[in-house]
Amino acid sequence: MPGPTPNVDGDASPDDSDDGGVRIDMISGARMEGLTGMEKIRLILDGVRDGNIVILEEGLSPDEESKLIEVTMTEISPDDFTGIEIETYPKAETNDQSFLDKLMGRKSAQKLTVIGPANRIETLHKDENLISTLVSRK
Amino acid sequence: MGLLTNLKDSISRVTDGLFAADEPKRIGIYGPPNAGKTTLANRIARDWTGDAVGPESHIPHETRRARRKENVEIERNGRKVTIDIVDTPGVTTKVDYKEFLDHDMEKDDAVRRSREATEGVAEAMHWLREDVDGVIYVLDSSTDPFTQVNTMLIGIIESQDLPALILANKTDLPGSDVQQIANAFPQHETIPLSALEGDNMDEVYTKIAEYFG
Repeated sequence: MPGPTPNVDGDASPDDSDDGGVRIDMISGARMEGLTGMEKIRLILDGVRDGNIVILEEGLSPDEESKLIEVTMTEISPDDFTGIEIETYPKAETNDQSFLDKLMGRKSAQKLTVIGPANRIETLHKDENLISTLVSRK
Repeated sequence: MGLLTNLKDSISRVTDGLFAADEPKRIGIYGPPNAGKTTLANRIARDWTGDAVGPESHIPHETRRARRKENVEIERNGRKVTIDIVDTPGVTTKVDYKEFLDHDMEKDDAVRRSREATEGVAEAMHWLREDVDGVIYVLDSSTDPFTQVNTMLIGIIESQDLPALILANKTDLPGSDVQQIANAFPQHETIPLSALEGDNMDEVYTKIAEYFG
């Protein structure tokens, strides 16, 4: 089971992005599965605050998204961290929920999600099939 | 275990609703910054109590604390509904004090305003998860509704099973496009209005009584 370590890739140096490149962490659903909500948020925010782009294979639940906004707000500080840019595909009108899921109000969280530092990532275009973003090296 | 917990929560929510039917419902006014939430809150409060809720401004994040106006009684078609209006700060995922410098603000004021804004947004998210019984979601109908914040907020509201009324505000502006909002959230009814001019408030009050009564 994956641990709540903030460094997604244990082999990578934290200085990887200092050469002007942009580091992208693509985190699988399996990697997130064993984490609590706060551990997921910590994993995301630690990566983003290091200047990385985080791509989640399966996204967050609405409750986790709500907490992500709340925690992000508490960490914003002038001239250091201005928050996050986050994009997912718009919610599709799918019928992939089971009857029990609908009855219990459970919603599928399986949606690819891109999260980055607000001062480095800009969404150029987004529709239900495509997210196009511009990432600056800073 | 999760199944039992969810079932228990669902039953609890229904019974709470039955036994608390006469208590005022706390209705949160949510939406992105500058959608006209405080203008709407003031319009509702003035129409039914004579008082305002808070100051309005074109500068983003004028509302930096959730503000409550209690016991607003709205009568519609012989039906009376009592609500507490909670005007919340505009929800966003980023706040940069430098944006306030464009509004003739000194750096110290801009930094303080941004700090208060972040605290206000965090507070608004907490209210949404814990302390509101229904949501009025306000959007500026002259801007693109297909934003991530709107998508996430509507998803969060739906996941809480809260009754939600979507209002397409600022219909007095030339670029207003109510249909675009209706297309963005087809699972919800969209009501057009101009909170500033007071246009279509009759329908808004009818819907408030219908949704939250």
